Amino acid sequence: MSGVGVTNAIDVRHLVKSYRDTIAVRDVSFSVEEGEIFGILGPNGSGKTTTVESLQGLRTIDSGEVSVLGFDPSTQADQIRRRIGSQLQESALPDRVKVWEALDLFGSLSDQGPPVSELLADWGLAEKRNARFGSLSGGQQQRLLVALALVNDPRLVFFDEMTTGLDPASRRVAWDLIRRIRERGTTVVLVTHFMDEAEALCDRLVVMNRGVVVAEGTPVELIDLFGGGVKVRFTLDGQDVAWLSSVPHVTGLARERNRYEVHGTGPVLAHVASALLEHGLAPVDLRQERATLEEVFLTLTSERGAES
Amino acid sequence: MKILAKMTWLELKLFLREPLTVLFALVLPLLVLFVMGGVFGNEAEADVYRGVGAMNYYVPAYIALVAASVGLISLPTHLAGNRERGVLKRYRASSMPSWAVVGAQVAVTFLISTASGLTLVLAAVSVYDVTGPEVPLLVVAGFTLVTLAFSSLGVLLGALLPSSRSAQALGVMLWFVMLMVGGAGPPPEVLTGAMRTLSDLTPLLHAVRAMQDGWLGLDAGYSWLVVVVLTLVSAAASVRFFRWE
Repeated sequence: MSGVGVTNAIDVRHLVKSYRDTIAVRDVSFSVEEGEIFGILGPNGSGKTTTVESLQGLRTIDSGEVSVLGFDPSTQADQIRRRIGSQLQESALPDRVKVWEALDLFGSLSDQGPPVSELLADWGLAEKRNARFGSLSGGQQQRLLVALALVNDPRLVFFDEMTTGLDPASRRVAWDLIRRIRERGTTVVLVTHFMDEAEALCDRLVVMNRGVVVAEGTPVELIDLFGGGVKVRFTLDGQDVAWLSSVPHVTGLARERNRYEVHGTGPVLAHVASALLEHGLAPVDLRQERATLEEVFLTLTSERGAES
Repeated sequence: MKILAKMTWLELKLFLREPLTVLFALVLPLLVLFVMGGVFGNEAEADVYRGVGAMNYYVPAYIALVAASVGLISLPTHLAGNRERGVLKRYRASSMPSWAVVGAQVAVTFLISTASGLTLVLAAVSVYDVTGPEVPLLVVAGFTLVTLAFSSLGVLLGALLPSSRSAQALGVMLWFVMLMVGGAGPPPEVLTGAMRTLSDLTPLLHAVRAMQDGWLGLDAGYSWLVVVVLTLVSAAASVRFFRWE
């Protein structure tokens, strides 16, 4: 199935998966291109974990078409698992296993992959190489599980809430490492509920809610589409700037004494700035305010957002 | 095969890092041996202990008992615990073969039982006037079969039971009942009625007989068949019921 030329790392069409009487995934479709960092966002219980576990053949799906690196998870799970790395939620190691022993064991499942010492150094575990899993802090355990996902030099990695439990400094280190993983050509699927993480790392993402994909695009596209537009603010004394209303991408203008608020879409800031300069005006506090991915996420996944 | 060797070595180290388990598998049998030896000595009596001295009877029986304790308590507790905590899920996501996961458990049971059994024999031979083994090859065959039987049953328990707690509780219960009536405690000859029937039903009794056959040069006949059938049925059921999550 994996033809020559442009192939997606992952193709999902109309994935459905239920457990007994609860439907975890109702209808999910998306594609992940080779080499991108792809985010799956959503509140708890939205079906993110079920989706990525289905992609790894860890869940038997009810219906839908799934292709991972050209293989079908329901019949070729082993082919997939040998080529991917995976950091799962709700997985662990025996408490008494030492850090180096775990890396050594999982490393021996594959002929390739970086040496144990390199993984230990990359993930800040060199000093803990002889420590037992049970004695590590939550963040250290998490880093070890992420390092285990990379022992076979995978073409595709799944990180399911990898930075949960990490302190802010460790999270930044993890972000850098994810970028490095991608630079080597590895595709990354990142399940997260941290919006700053998605905004900083993801090339594209889907937002899931109640088992369906409610939005798909780049972080910027999603903010544009669902962020309720852009506001440009500045202060200016003794000028009438009503003509700003006719500048491209401007949708509204409000004034309170000398404070102006321009409503618009997309590249409105550049157009407003250019128009102001043409009129010989250069307000020093010209600035743009736009919704963050977090606000978009809340809009998309709130009760109201789900109904509309 | 490389992964099985690696997994076995790791599991062996993990086993030895649990002080209480080690105590239970290696030291407790010695303690029982010395207590029983102190009480019964090693004089042969015609009507109990299959007609041999108490220590001659108990040494091969305790070797079976050790295999039962490692196979029915340590193994299922560890296996069910690994599933409960998501260790098996982690293995599966990395394409760890199930035969390596289970094979390592069986191998560790075999290695620990061997070490414990040898310690037991050395202690018994040096302290009491224990004779045997009469047919060494038969002892090796019996030991291998008995260990396989209890580890297969242990894998099945570990597959069926939901948590390490429940696995441990049931394992200890089974082991204790078998210790009482299964030929490694009071001599089966003194049991009567229902107890005798229960005794005949315990896998340990037949494992004990199989071990004693080689050790004492006796012939327990169908007990070997019982152990073989137990092994095959447990192994087949384990394949059917093994779960990663």
